[in-house]
Amino acid sequence: MPAKGTIEVNDLYCKGCELCVAACPPQVLALDMERLTPKGYHPVHIVKEGCTGCAICALVCPDAAITVYREVTKAAAPVAAGG
Amino acid sequence: MATLMVPENLVYERPHSFTDAPTHYCPGCTHGVAHRLIAEVLEEMNLTERTIGVAPVGCAVFAYNYFDTDFVEAAHGRAPAMATGIKRCLPDHIVFTYQGDGDLASIGMGEIVHAAARGENITVIFINNANYGMTGGQMAPTTLPGMKTTSSPDGRDVETQGYPIRMAEMLATLDGAGYVVRRSLHDPANIRKAKKAIRTAFEVQERKLGFSMVELLSTCPSNWNLTPVESLKWLEEHMLPFYPLGDYKVAPAVAAAKI
Repeated sequence: MPAKGTIEVNDLYCKGCELCVAACPPQVLALDMERLTPKGYHPVHIVKEGCTGCAICALVCPDAAITVYREVTKAAAPVAAGG
Repeated sequence: MATLMVPENLVYERPHSFTDAPTHYCPGCTHGVAHRLIAEVLEEMNLTERTIGVAPVGCAVFAYNYFDTDFVEAAHGRAPAMATGIKRCLPDHIVFTYQGDGDLASIGMGEIVHAAARGENITVIFINNANYGMTGGQMAPTTLPGMKTTSSPDGRDVETQGYPIRMAEMLATLDGAGYVVRRSLHDPANIRKAKKAIRTAFEVQERKLGFSMVELLSTCPSNWNLTPVESLKWLEEHMLPFYPLGDYKVAPAVAAAKI
């Protein structure tokens, strides 16, 4: 079973550029058209199940807006956080 | 979902060597990625407290607002000269410049060439996005042949406007240069390689092995008139063939250090 993860997007920084949407391997990201950030952008959010916490969205994010969490499973346990 | 968001599950968070300020860059501009990689490297190497950055003139003119390190602002193109002075006065500090192609390869050409020739122990992060971003997308020394910009609306004509300059290759010919490489920011694998190169460049400075420069191919969605995602594709298709990625100078002392 793939690792389970999730992301937290900071509205102060996200500019809705969609680089993470295009880069996301499981394709679970999209802009939230129902919301606007204080700067007036539609922020990104998770739209369906399948986030693995791979952090590629955070790697391509030009605004360091994304915090990534991944569930520590038995198989993944030896991997140190922050890797 | 909420139960996942606990500290022990944290995989990635915003670097602590950033301030809380949101950047002024256009959405999707890879300047932000370059900033983030530098911030991550400074944090990993525990250098935040003794690093002095030198900001350029250009889009990155406000870089001093974003890094939680000491920073100064140089006159257009003069960042390597200013960094030279700072590094010579404060040799125990890590000094880096962050410059665009208009700043470094045009008005600042003299400063960068001589800083490299003198082997100044500074690190230069050079952003190559093939145009002058801040002033509205005019032709830069790095603009590709045939590329349309606001000051070359019919495409750069090399007969009258000359050829682009490959900075990494040029500086690599100088004996003072210790580590000169080119990387790109167009996909996750290349972003990881870029971060590794930035880390090596700072390690080179820390070990006093001479001048280090990382040239980063970068996008400019607003002035290229493309979406951020299309810009990455454009970079890959047009800039990579003209500006090949690679290590152009790894001085024997740097290679021996096995960083």
